[in-house]
Amino acid sequence: MRVAFCVQNDKGVDSIIDSRFGRSPGFLVYDTQDDSTTYITNAQNLSAPQGAGIQSAQNITKQNVQAVVAHNCGPKAYQVLIQAGIEVYMTQESSVKEAIQKFTNGELEKATSSNVPGHW
Amino acid sequence: MRIAIASGKGGTGKTTVAVSLSLAIQELTKKPVTILDCDVEEPNAHIFVTLHKTQQMKATIQSCSFDAEKCIGCGKCSEACRFNAIAVVKKNPIFFSDMCHGCRGCILACPEDAITSIQREIGTVISGDVQDNPSIDLHYGLLNVGEIMAPPLIESVLAKEHTNSITIIDSPPGTSCPMVQAVRTSDYVILVTEPTAFGLHDLKIAVETVRLLQIPFSVIINREGIGDDRVHQFCQKENIEILTEIPQSRKVAVLYSKGQTAWAKEMDFTRAIQ
Repeated sequence: MRVAFCVQNDKGVDSIIDSRFGRSPGFLVYDTQDDSTTYITNAQNLSAPQGAGIQSAQNITKQNVQAVVAHNCGPKAYQVLIQAGIEVYMTQESSVKEAIQKFTNGELEKATSSNVPGHW
Repeated sequence: MRIAIASGKGGTGKTTVAVSLSLAIQELTKKPVTILDCDVEEPNAHIFVTLHKTQQMKATIQSCSFDAEKCIGCGKCSEACRFNAIAVVKKNPIFFSDMCHGCRGCILACPEDAITSIQREIGTVISGDVQDNPSIDLHYGLLNVGEIMAPPLIESVLAKEHTNSITIIDSPPGTSCPMVQAVRTSDYVILVTEPTAFGLHDLKIAVETVRLLQIPFSVIINREGIGDDRVHQFCQKENIEILTEIPQSRKVAVLYSKGQTAWAKEMDFTRAIQ
C-alpha cells in the first residue's frame, strides 16, 4: 500500500509533517511493502493564486497512492481525493516516522469530511 | 465626470463622503448625479436614501459546462486552467465553478469540444431614483452569499453610468482587485482616511495604488480630532492635497446611526466641488 504524507522537506521517514495540505512544500510517498519513500515536490502550488488544494490533490492522484495522511484537509482537496478513491487520514503527529507507526497499527482516524474550511 | 471615493482602511467614511458629496454636488450644480455603490460585498449607500422605481437585474459571468459523453478524460482542460478550477481524476473532470474566471481557456484546450460556455449568476444589480431628489439615481451590486467573484459584478454596476450625469463611485475598501476595478476608469479619486496609525498605514498603500493607476487624487480626513497629526505630515511630505477635514462629531455619528443624511449639511464640500 502506498501512503502520501504532507511534508516540509525530504528527509525520508525523518521528514516533518506540514500542517497544510494544498500549500505543503512536498509529499512523501511511503510504500508499506518495502519501507521505501519517494519525495514529490509541490513547489508549483506554493505560489498558486488560488486552487492549491485542488491541484495538490490531483498531483497525488497521479502517484498511485491509496491513502493520504495530513494534519488538515480543506473541502475541495477532500472532494478530489475522495473521487479518486483515495482515503484521507488525520494525524496530530509531527514526525512521519511516528505517523507511519500509527497508520500501520490502524490507530489513525479516517476522515469522513474535510476538517478545515477553504483558505484555512 | 467620474469621481471614485476610496480608502485603504475600511470604516473611514467612504459612504458618508460619497452620499453627502453627491447631495452637495446636485444642490450646487443642479446637474443629475449617479451614485454607484461598488462595495458589492457590503453595499450600504442605499440605506441613507429612500429609493423608488427600483429595478433588479441579475448579473452573470461566463462559466463552463462539461459533457460527460464527449469527455475522454485527457486532462488538457485542467492543465490550461490558470485558476486551478478543474481537476481530472480517474478520467473524470471535477469543476469548481466558484473558482472559474470565465476565460474560456479550457474550451480552447479541449480536443473533443466537450466543454461549452454557460452563464452563471453571481449577484444582483439594484437600481432606483432617490425619492426626495429624483435628480439623483443610485445603483448598487449585491454579491451572492459565498461568491468570491466581485470584479465582474462591479463591472455590471459601473455599466449603469449614464453620460449626462456626474458619477460618484463608492468603492470597496482595501487596494485589491475589487477596489482597482471600481476606481481604474475614474477621472478623479478621493481617498478618505482617519488620523490614526491604521488610517495612515492603509492610506499609504492606497496612495501607491492610485499613483500606479495614474489617476489624480486628493485626501479627505474624517473624524479629525482623534489620533495624531501623522496623516497631515504624510500628505504635506508627499505633496497631497487635503480637500477637507470632517471633525469628529457625536451629532454626525447619531444621525449616521439612524440612517439619516442630515449630516451632509455638517460637511463643507465647497472646496472639494470646485
